[in-house]
Amino acid sequence: MSSHYEAPIREPLVLGEKSYHDITMDIVKPIEGKANKNWYVAFTIALVAFLWGLGCIAYTISTGIGAWGLNKNIGWAWDITNFVWWVGIGHAGTLISAVLLLFRQKWRMAINRSAEAMTIFAVFQAGLFPIIHMGRPWNGYWVLPIPNQFGSLWVNFNSPLLWDVFAISTYLSVSLVFWWTGLLPDFAMIRDRAVKPFQKKIYALLSFGWSGRAKDWQRFEEVSLVLAGLATPLVLSVHTIVSMDFATSINPGWHSTIFPPYFVAGAIFSGFAMVQTLLGVMRKVTNLENYITRLHIEYMNIVIMVTGGIVAVAYASEFFIAWYTGSPYENYTYMSIGAATGPYGWAFWSLILFNIAIPQLLWIKKFRRSFIVSFLISIAINIGMWFERFDIIAIVLSKGHLPSTWTRFEPTFVDVGIFVGTIGFFFVLFLLYARTFPVIAQAEVKTIMKSSGEHYKQLRDGKNEH
Amino acid sequence: MSTNKVIHALYNDDDVLMDAVKTVKGANHHIEEVFTPFPVHGLDKLLGLPQTRLAICAFLYGLCGLSFAIWMTNYMMIENWPQDIGGKPNFSWWLNMPAFVPIMFELTVFFAAHLMVITFYMRSRLWPFKEAENPDPRTTDDIFLMEIPVHDNEEELTALLSTTNAVEIKVIEKH
Repeated sequence: MSSHYEAPIREPLVLGEKSYHDITMDIVKPIEGKANKNWYVAFTIALVAFLWGLGCIAYTISTGIGAWGLNKNIGWAWDITNFVWWVGIGHAGTLISAVLLLFRQKWRMAINRSAEAMTIFAVFQAGLFPIIHMGRPWNGYWVLPIPNQFGSLWVNFNSPLLWDVFAISTYLSVSLVFWWTGLLPDFAMIRDRAVKPFQKKIYALLSFGWSGRAKDWQRFEEVSLVLAGLATPLVLSVHTIVSMDFATSINPGWHSTIFPPYFVAGAIFSGFAMVQTLLGVMRKVTNLENYITRLHIEYMNIVIMVTGGIVAVAYASEFFIAWYTGSPYENYTYMSIGAATGPYGWAFWSLILFNIAIPQLLWIKKFRRSFIVSFLISIAINIGMWFERFDIIAIVLSKGHLPSTWTRFEPTFVDVGIFVGTIGFFFVLFLLYARTFPVIAQAEVKTIMKSSGEHYKQLRDGKNEH
Repeated sequence: MSTNKVIHALYNDDDVLMDAVKTVKGANHHIEEVFTPFPVHGLDKLLGLPQTRLAICAFLYGLCGLSFAIWMTNYMMIENWPQDIGGKPNFSWWLNMPAFVPIMFELTVFFAAHLMVITFYMRSRLWPFKEAENPDPRTTDDIFLMEIPVHDNEEELTALLSTTNAVEIKVIEKH
């Protein structure tokens, strides 16, 4: 037992008196059981939203980008806001699976699978926006460095937009293989239990014939560690490069050297908020309360407080520097008195309220450990982080260098429809995932049972009464 | 033929398995394979498995990715079709290099990650439609299985294993 020692002061990560087999049973229950009515209701709503979004995408492509509320000054607004919002949400998954693995944080094991799924599904949504915004998505392959009929006119490797292409596709594909490699032993577990022949075939195919030899596990752990080491700088690079889409331009308000760290912190902030939103519901629906506990919620809230704090400091320094320059133009950037009192004042104050004010409630331990309060705060942060990107883009562009060109951005129903559609698509994927995939990395959770399971901790502390 | 005969000893706890492996190793018997539902730490060392070299592979693959990125940016931006973009120097790869750092980084990671995972899948024989080879379906749930080849010492082995708290001991003819 001594090798499984963990300080008694640490709260258990798995509650209840569970054997290895009990963990198996808890994880396969949503997969082997039937979906309830709530699942079908949620799925139908998501599907309708998705179809509506598809219709709006079809409308955009058949009529042109003029179907959106863009104009001569504001050449990108909702689409790029949504792109950055979705990419940012994806960051929590990689942070949990990669960075927390390097830091040997055991609590990540209950949430890494779903957070990575969220990452992959969110990056799908993000990738849609630049492709639609091309107007002629069938020419999308022009972003690839391939020999072509234009006399080998190559892509421009000096452009942050092309860096984005490389960063996002590397990020998506590496996250996908990281996720899948971790899934193999869990798919194998479902395969070996399945009684229905079709189900057995499907999971046999998905598990790639995983057998669990000692050598396989040795390689598996090495691969996980190296992938975590590669994914850690990768996740930081992705939002850094996204921020360079703005920071390398010459617009005041965008041309800012603090953008990379500030965007990365904001991405993790919004990503953890989305994980809270999703898991707050999922732990109840799939009866996984013993695995995703109050402690997990609190730990995630602490990450939200740290990254939210970084974001708040970044806002403050942007605001101060804009004022300190004394340049009248800076008075119209997204963090300025001009923005707070101008026509987009409502968007400015929404950002301050949802992103800075409301998350401060998490300083109170009782709120930090409350499921419902965490859930509500996470929704607020999701809204706040959307406004952050909208403010940076729309407010800055609405007041350019030439006052006679000042204009506003008004979204059309198509702008809104595509955004709603991506939310629908995201939830369609997530709801299907929750019914067919092992939503907790059960093989990994089994390794921490003896050190962090409630029952084993009690046995070790000599407290047998329960 | 007795050469294809193996003994399967099944355990329901990782610590018991580790003790059993020590006992069997201590009696100088060869353990052919151990199947476990999750990674048991220290098992590979106990079995005498050599350290995996996948991390070294990943490093070399990363170097390939970095070299490829350097070659690609130089060929496309400097040699084949140099263009004046924002006044950036287009006659020298080295002077234009800062703008290529993101591409060099991303391709290093891309090559290292994907080629390492493909190597892992090939070495551990994992791919779609591959048949699983764990002898007992419970080994992905909560059973730990040790496979020992029998060389006319069936009784001796069975007696030894029965002292190791195995939940099941089976003698199997392997095909």
